[in-house]
Amino acid sequence: MSMRLNGLIRKEFIQIIRDPSSIAIAFLMPLVLLMLFGYGVSLDSEHIPLGIVTESNSADASDFTASFHASRYFKTSHFSDTRGAVDAMMSGSISAVIVLRQDFSKQLRQPGGSPVQLLLNGVDENTARIISGYVDGSLQSWLEHASAARGLPLELPVKVEQRIWFNSELRSRNFLVPGLIAVIMTLIGALLTALVMAREWERGTMEALLVTPLSMSEVILGKLIPYFLLGMGGLALSVAMALWLFHVPLRGSLWVLFACSALFLITALGMGLLISSVAKNQFIAGQVAIIGTFLPAFILSGFIFDIDSMPGIVRLITHVIAARYYVAILQTVFLVGDEWSVILPNAGALVLLAAVFLGLTWKNTRKRLE
Amino acid sequence: MQESVNRAISASNLSKSFQAGKRRIEALKKISFEVRRGIVTGLIGPDSAGKSTLMRLAAGLLVPDEGSIIVAGMDATRESLKVQGTIGYMPQRFGLYEDLTVLENLDLYADLQGVPPGERPSRYEALLNMASLSPFKDRLAGNLSGGMKQKLGLACALIRQPSLLLLDEPTVGVDPVSRRELWSIVYRLVRENNTSVLLSTAYLDEAERCDEVILLHEGRVLQTGCPESLREPLKGRIFAVKSSAMSKRNLQADLARKPGVIDALIHGDHVRVVMERKNPPDPEPDMTVMPLAPRFEDGFVAMLKDKRETVAADEIFGRSLPLQSGPVIELDQLERRFGNFYAVKNVSFSVSGGEVFGLLGANGAGKSTTFRMLCGLLQPSNGKLRVAGVDLRHAASKARAKIGYMSQKFSLYSNLSVLENLRFFGSAYGLSGKTGSDRLDWAMEEFSLSSVSDTVSGDLSLGYKQRLALACALMHEPEILFLDEPTSGVDPLARREFWHRINTLASNGVTVMVTTHFMEEAEYCDRLAIMAEGSILTLGTPSEIKAGAISEHLPEPSMEDAFVELIRSREKS
Amino acid sequence: MGKRIFALMIKEFLALLKDRKGRLVLIVPPMIQLVVFGYAATFDLKRVPYAVYSEDRGHASRDLLAAFKGSSSFALKAQLNDESRIAGLVESRQVLMVIRIGRNFSSDLLSGKPAAIQIIADGRNSNTAMLVVNYAGTIVKAFNSDWAAKHGSAIPVHIETRSWFNPNLESRWFFIPGIVGLLTLLVTVLVTALSVAREREQGTFDQLLVTPLSPIEILIGKALPGFLIGVGEATVVTLAAVLWFKVPLLGSILALYIGILLFLLSAVGMGLMISSIAVTQQQGLLGAFFFMVPAIILSGFATPIRNMPSIVQDITLVNPLRYFLVVLRGVFLQGTPFRLLLPELWPLALIGVISLATARWLFRNRMY
Repeated sequence: MSMRLNGLIRKEFIQIIRDPSSIAIAFLMPLVLLMLFGYGVSLDSEHIPLGIVTESNSADASDFTASFHASRYFKTSHFSDTRGAVDAMMSGSISAVIVLRQDFSKQLRQPGGSPVQLLLNGVDENTARIISGYVDGSLQSWLEHASAARGLPLELPVKVEQRIWFNSELRSRNFLVPGLIAVIMTLIGALLTALVMAREWERGTMEALLVTPLSMSEVILGKLIPYFLLGMGGLALSVAMALWLFHVPLRGSLWVLFACSALFLITALGMGLLISSVAKNQFIAGQVAIIGTFLPAFILSGFIFDIDSMPGIVRLITHVIAARYYVAILQTVFLVGDEWSVILPNAGALVLLAAVFLGLTWKNTRKRLE
Repeated sequence: MQESVNRAISASNLSKSFQAGKRRIEALKKISFEVRRGIVTGLIGPDSAGKSTLMRLAAGLLVPDEGSIIVAGMDATRESLKVQGTIGYMPQRFGLYEDLTVLENLDLYADLQGVPPGERPSRYEALLNMASLSPFKDRLAGNLSGGMKQKLGLACALIRQPSLLLLDEPTVGVDPVSRRELWSIVYRLVRENNTSVLLSTAYLDEAERCDEVILLHEGRVLQTGCPESLREPLKGRIFAVKSSAMSKRNLQADLARKPGVIDALIHGDHVRVVMERKNPPDPEPDMTVMPLAPRFEDGFVAMLKDKRETVAADEIFGRSLPLQSGPVIELDQLERRFGNFYAVKNVSFSVSGGEVFGLLGANGAGKSTTFRMLCGLLQPSNGKLRVAGVDLRHAASKARAKIGYMSQKFSLYSNLSVLENLRFFGSAYGLSGKTGSDRLDWAMEEFSLSSVSDTVSGDLSLGYKQRLALACALMHEPEILFLDEPTSGVDPLARREFWHRINTLASNGVTVMVTTHFMEEAEYCDRLAIMAEGSILTLGTPSEIKAGAISEHLPEPSMEDAFVELIRSREKS
Repeated sequence: MGKRIFALMIKEFLALLKDRKGRLVLIVPPMIQLVVFGYAATFDLKRVPYAVYSEDRGHASRDLLAAFKGSSSFALKAQLNDESRIAGLVESRQVLMVIRIGRNFSSDLLSGKPAAIQIIADGRNSNTAMLVVNYAGTIVKAFNSDWAAKHGSAIPVHIETRSWFNPNLESRWFFIPGIVGLLTLLVTVLVTALSVAREREQGTFDQLLVTPLSPIEILIGKALPGFLIGVGEATVVTLAAVLWFKVPLLGSILALYIGILLFLLSAVGMGLMISSIAVTQQQGLLGAFFFMVPAIILSGFATPIRNMPSIVQDITLVNPLRYFLVVLRGVFLQGTPFRLLLPELWPLALIGVISLATARWLFRNRMY
C-alpha cells in the first residue's frame, strides 16, 4: 500500500474515533435499531383481546367458548349484547368478536349446524387475518375434543396440516434481526460515507487534498477501506447480538455470512460514494441517502413486505435495490444454511451492482473542483 | 521555451466563467500575465476580482474556458497531477482537519506528499519552529486561534519544499501580529530556498511587501509591475491637512467636496488627501498642509475612484439626535468566565454620545466576548454594564430597541431578497405603517439598493451585502451602532464609502462601537481600546497610542507598529 | 407583539420556501414515502409462488387444487412428481409454499374419513409464512363448506366471518392513514428542528437576538410555521389518501383536525427541543433521526403495540404518534364518534403541553 493511501486511511480512522456522530451512526444506531426491533417489534400475536357475545347461556355455549379461553392466542372477555362488543371493538379494547346466537344450542343439533359469527376489526388487516386463522384453529381443536367426547366423527372434510420450515415456532425475531443487519449495513455504508465525503467538500479539506499528488483512485480507496472496516465492525456487533442476545439460529457458516456481507458493504459504499460525488453538501447527501438507500432497504428489500405481492412497477424497481439480494442471503444463511442456489445468484447480482455503482463513481469523480 | 523556464507561471488569454443561480459570472476575462521565479508576487484585488479562480486554475483544480496556464513549465490543465507534485497550495479556507492534532495534520500531508519518514522529524521541527507552533504539537487544529490555523496551513503546504507556493488570501481574518509572522515565513522561504510565491490578498498595504504585483479588478488585469510603479505617478499629490478650527470629520467632508480632490481620508489627527494634480488643495484659514509620501492604496484608489459613484448624504436620519450628556456605554469591571477560563476580566471603560470607539485585539484577545456582552448576546459573569442608560441584564428588550448591530459575516437571510430583509428587520424593530414604509424608502435611496431590491441577498456582491447589512441595522434609527469587523474582505473603495457613512452618523450624534483587524481603520476612530488576554492593554486616541510606541528605530510608528509593539512587550513581560 | 411575531413568521416561511433545499425537504421525501408506502408496504399476498405434489388422482383433489389455481394470491410454479424435489424448491426460494396431497385423499374424503393435506411454507419470513398458511386455510375452508353443502355434513358449527371497517382486508387502508401521521411528524419535526440551527450556521441568529424580539416571541415565531406546515402536510396527504388511494374517510373532519392540532403540539415541541440543543444542521438532522425512528417503530404504525413486551408497551405511553395513529385510523376507517376518541385526545394534549413547556425552558437556557 502506498504511503499516500496509508496516510489517508490513518487520518480517516483518527477522525472516526474523534467524531461522535460517526461513532453514533456506526455503533449506537445498530444497537438502538437492534434493541428496538429485537425487543420492541413483534408480529407474533398472542393474547389477542377477543370479545365473546353469548346471547343465551347454555352448556353447549360454554363448552364451545372454553376452547377460546384455553387458547394462548386469545384473551377473552364476555359481552351480553353485540352492541357493547362493537363499541369496545371500535375503541380498540378488543380486536374481534365472536357471536353465539340465542338458538346456538338448538341449531347445533340441526343438520346444517349452528352458524357462529366472527366479527373482525379489519383496520389492522394483518392482525385480522391472523385472528381468523387462530379462530379456525380453535374450532378444529373443539371439533376434535367434541368428537372424542361424543364418539362422533365431527371432523372437517379436509384438514390442513401446517409445516413451517426453517422457523417452525414462527418467531418474528428470527427474520427481523437478520433483515435488520441489511438496514444497518446500508446506514454505515451509504449514509455515513455520503456524509463524511460531503463534509470534506463543505469544510474545504477536499480542495487541499486535490492539490496533492493523490490520484482519484487513492481518494476513493482512502474512503472505501476505513468505512469498509468500520462496517465490518458494525456487522460483527450485529451478528453477535443476533446470536447471543436474540438467539437467532445461524444454520449456515460464518464465513459465508461475512463474505456476502463484505460484498454488500462494498455495494453500499459504492452507493454512498456515488451520492457524494453528486451531492456535495451534507444536508442534500443525507436526504438522498435516506430516500435512496435507507428507505428502500426497509420497505423494498423483502425484509418485512413480500416482494412478489408488490405491484409490477415496484417489483421492477426492487431489482436495483441491493438490499433485496442481501436480505435474501441473510435470511437463508441464518435460517436455512449454506444454500448455494440462493446465495450464488444473489451474490452475483450484488457483484454486478457494486461494479455499476463504483464504475459510476469513478466516472463522476474527477480531480477538479467543478 | 527558454523564456518559460524562467517563469514560475505564465498565463495567456485565460478565461473562466461560472454559473451562479441564474447568472453567469465571468470570473476571468482573457487575462495574460507572468510570474517570475524566486520572488514574491502579489495578486491584488478586491473581493470577487477573480483571485481565487486564478489560483485554482494554476493549481490545476479548474479547467479554463479558453487560454492556457503554464506552471513550472507544465500545462496546469493537462498535466495537473505533475504540477500538483511540484507546487504547494494553500486555499482560502485551508483544509485543516479540525479533529486532527497539529502533528497528525502534518503527518497526513507528509504522507500525501511522499516525504520519506527519515526526513520528517527534522522537517517538522523546522516548520513548527518557523510557525512557532512547537508548544502546540498535540493540540487539535480546531482549537487553534485563527492565526495559528493559517500558520499550520502554511506549514502543511510547505511540507515538501515546493518550488512554487500558491497562497490564496492567507492573511484574511488574521491579527496583525500573526500576519507579520506569516510574512516573515514567506520571506524566509524566498530567501533561503529560492521559492517562488504567488500570494493573493485584499489588504492593499500587503502589496507593498511584494516584489511584484498583479492588480486584478473585475476579472481583468489592471496593472502589473513593482509596487513602486503604482505609487510613482502619485508623488507630490498626497497631502496631510490639519485644521485648528474644524473637527476632523467636518474637515474631511469639506475637503472631499473641494475641486481636484480624488480622496480625503481621516488618518489619525490629520486628513489624508489625494489630489488629481500635483498641487495642494485650496488653502483656508486655520488649515495647515504638509506633503506626504504616496502609498500603494493611494494609487489603487486614484486608479479606480472615477469608476465608482460616491453617495452618502450629510444627514443620515434627516435629523440630528439630541446630544447625550454623559456616557452612553458604560462598563465597570466586566468579567466573563467560561468554566475556569476568563475570556474577559476586569474591563472598564465608557463611551460618550457621538463618539466612534474602536476595540482592537489579536484573535482570542476577548474583544468579541466583550462585544457580545455589550450587544446583550452574552450574559456577563460579573461587573456592571449599561447601554443607553439601561442595565442589559434587566431591560434587555428596551435597550435593544436603541441599538443597531452589524456582524462580520453580514448575517442576512441569504435566500430572502433585499426588500424582504429590510422589511423583516423593520418589523422586528416594531416599525409599521407610514413610519415603516418611510424608513424602507429611505434605506433604498440612501444605500442605492433600489436596483437590486428583488435580488436574493445571497447573490449580492460583498460590497452590496455590506450596504444592506448596515441598512438593516439602521432601519430603526438606533442611538448606538455596534459594528463587528464591518469591512472584512470588502475592497478599499467600498470601505471608504462605508466609513464616510459612519462618520456622518457620528456627527449626527450616533454613538459607534467598532471592532476591526484593519489598523488603517483604527485611525478613523476617536478613541481606541486594545485588548489582550481578556483585559485592556491601552486606551486612548490613535495619536496617543502611536506616541506610546515611539522608539529609536521607529520614530514614526504606524498604528500597526504600535499594536505589534504593545502585544510583543506584553508577551515579554 | 403580534406584528413582530407575524413578521418573523412571514420571514420563516420565505426562508423555507425560497430555499431550494427547504422546498426539497417539504415536497420530495414526503411524496416518495407516500408512493413507496402506498404501493409497496402491503401484507396482501399476491402471486405467491407455490408447487404441488399430489399423489391422488381423484376429482376431489383436482377441485381443491383448482381453487388454489384460481386464487390471485397464489401462482403455481411447479407440479411435482417426485417428493425429493420439494426440499430443493423451498430451500432455493423458488416457491414459498408446497401443497402435498396424499394417495388416499379422495377416497378418504368420499368415505367420510378425515382427509388431510399438508401445507409446507417457507418460514424465513415468518409473517409471510403465517399469511400463506392463513390464505391457504381460507381456500380450504371454502372448499369444506362447499363439500359439506353438497354431501351433507356432520359439522355442527360453521364460522361466518365479517370484517368490519375494512371488508376486503386491504393493507393499504391500514397503512395510508398511518402515513398521514408519519409524514406530518417527519416534516414538522424536520422543519422546526433545523430552523434555529440554520440561523446559527448563517450567523443570523445573533442578528435576531439583538432586535427587541423576546425569547418567547422568537419561539412562537418559530413554532407557528411548523404548525401551519404540519396542518398543510396533513391536509395534502389526507387528500391524496382519499382521492388517489381511495381510502374511506368516514368520521368527522372536525375530529380529525382536532387530533392533528393536538398532535402538532408535541411534534413542534419536539422539533423546537432538538432545535434549541443542536448547534449545526447536521446535529439537528441526527437528533431528528434518533427521535423519529423509535417514535415510528414504537407507535403501532406497522406492528401492533399489543405484541410488544409489556415494558416496551409502557414506554409507548409517552409516544404522541401512538395516540394520533388511533385517532387517524378511527376517524378514517371506523368513523369513530368523538366521545370514543377522548381517551386518545387528552394524553395527546398533555404530551403536547409538556413538550412545548420543555422546549421553552430549553430555549431560554440555551439561547446565548
